[in-house]
Amino acid sequence: MQNVKIVVTGPFNAGKTEFIRSVSEIDVVSTERKITAEAEKVKSSTTVAMDFGRITVDDDLVLYLFGTPGQKRFDFMWEILSEGMLGFIVMVDSAHPETFREARSILETFHAYAPTPYVVAANKQDCDDAWEAEDLRLALRLDPQVKLLPCVASQKETVKTILLELLYSILETIETPAD
Amino acid sequence: MALRGNLRDFSFTQILNLVNLAQKTGLLTVEGPGEMAHVYFRDGKLALALIGREESDLSAILARSRKITANQARVIRERTRTMTDKEVGLLLINAGYLSQKDVLDSLQLYSIEVIRRLFTWVEGIFQFDQSSAVPSGKIPVRVDLENLIVEGSRQLREWEQLQEEIPSLDMALKFTDRPGTNLRHLNLNLEEWRVVRYVNPKNSMRQIAQVTHMNDLEIRRIAYALLQAGVVDIVRPGGTPPVMPPPRSLPPVNKEEHKSLVQRLINRIRSL
Repeated sequence: MQNVKIVVTGPFNAGKTEFIRSVSEIDVVSTERKITAEAEKVKSSTTVAMDFGRITVDDDLVLYLFGTPGQKRFDFMWEILSEGMLGFIVMVDSAHPETFREARSILETFHAYAPTPYVVAANKQDCDDAWEAEDLRLALRLDPQVKLLPCVASQKETVKTILLELLYSILETIETPAD
Repeated sequence: MALRGNLRDFSFTQILNLVNLAQKTGLLTVEGPGEMAHVYFRDGKLALALIGREESDLSAILARSRKITANQARVIRERTRTMTDKEVGLLLINAGYLSQKDVLDSLQLYSIEVIRRLFTWVEGIFQFDQSSAVPSGKIPVRVDLENLIVEGSRQLREWEQLQEEIPSLDMALKFTDRPGTNLRHLNLNLEEWRVVRYVNPKNSMRQIAQVTHMNDLEIRRIAYALLQAGVVDIVRPGGTPPVMPPPRSLPPVNKEEHKSLVQRLINRIRSL
């Protein structure tokens, strides 16, 4: 049995757990804890170690989706989670520009851990306050070739699209001859 | 869809850059501490900028740029009370008092001045409304944003450098004990003196900024100048930057095997 993993990362409250929940065939194994700090009570619970969801491909291949903890103080987990990943997805809360800088920093950190392909998911596109994906590209200073995809993490179809786009990028990387 | 946020997270220069690159048209409203600004753009170019309750009718703007005197401006305003800027502008041009260039140059200069002031705002809620155009009575200008962005970036760099030098405004300033430092020998401006009055280990820079009505950039700039002049000392918060591990590549795998694995994943995701 071969296990492969894709990491879903992004700032606090970007929608990582929901993203995984939308496509996982098992209930997401979550390590969420109640948020205690008053200032962080944007939502009632947060991921402190990791979430993971599973998609069985066939008898001998399983894809695991690992969600990183969003809060900065758990960033020691990131390196461990990034080990051996096929690629990663950076979730960005399109409606909260105060998180864009952190999203950029997380992207750079993960890319430094492992130079694997990645895509950026502009989540919460269903919110009134959401920035358009192309405005988000400029705000995050993403190169035009980086895939930035609109996303609503609760909708399975957009989650599937993002996973597929990442897998296409991985395939392209394999097919591209190394320098 | 909305384009809104806080300047604290997305600077004014970054907004200009976004408007420029995306060739946006619309109204940017910025609600700063105690003041509000309205900046109109057309096809990614600055069309008009207005700030606060400042008099921004054409006669006031012409007086600011010394095309007319303050007295003339007052008279024009009284006589053209019900007229729009466009109508007033036409009247002045047709009467031969001013040329079209005079009017446009003054408006352009005024809008650029407003933009320069907005560069110093580090806090404020902004919102971009793509459906708003320049009010019909106002005279739009057409200013390329590139130069303004460069100017703003310089200020941003200064801001970033100042943030690096003075990471936290919760630190206090204290006069140095170094021999030979005498405030009387220093040529301080009024703003610097206002800060110096409150230099005391008990007062944080944030408190000094509040009492002197300065924004984050202004208090940092003065604190840095005093620091460089050796007049004050500042305690920087400790801590070391995070150590970034060296990049690690994935272990080499068989290319065909890898491709087939990814293809199987693709097929499975498609079938979900």
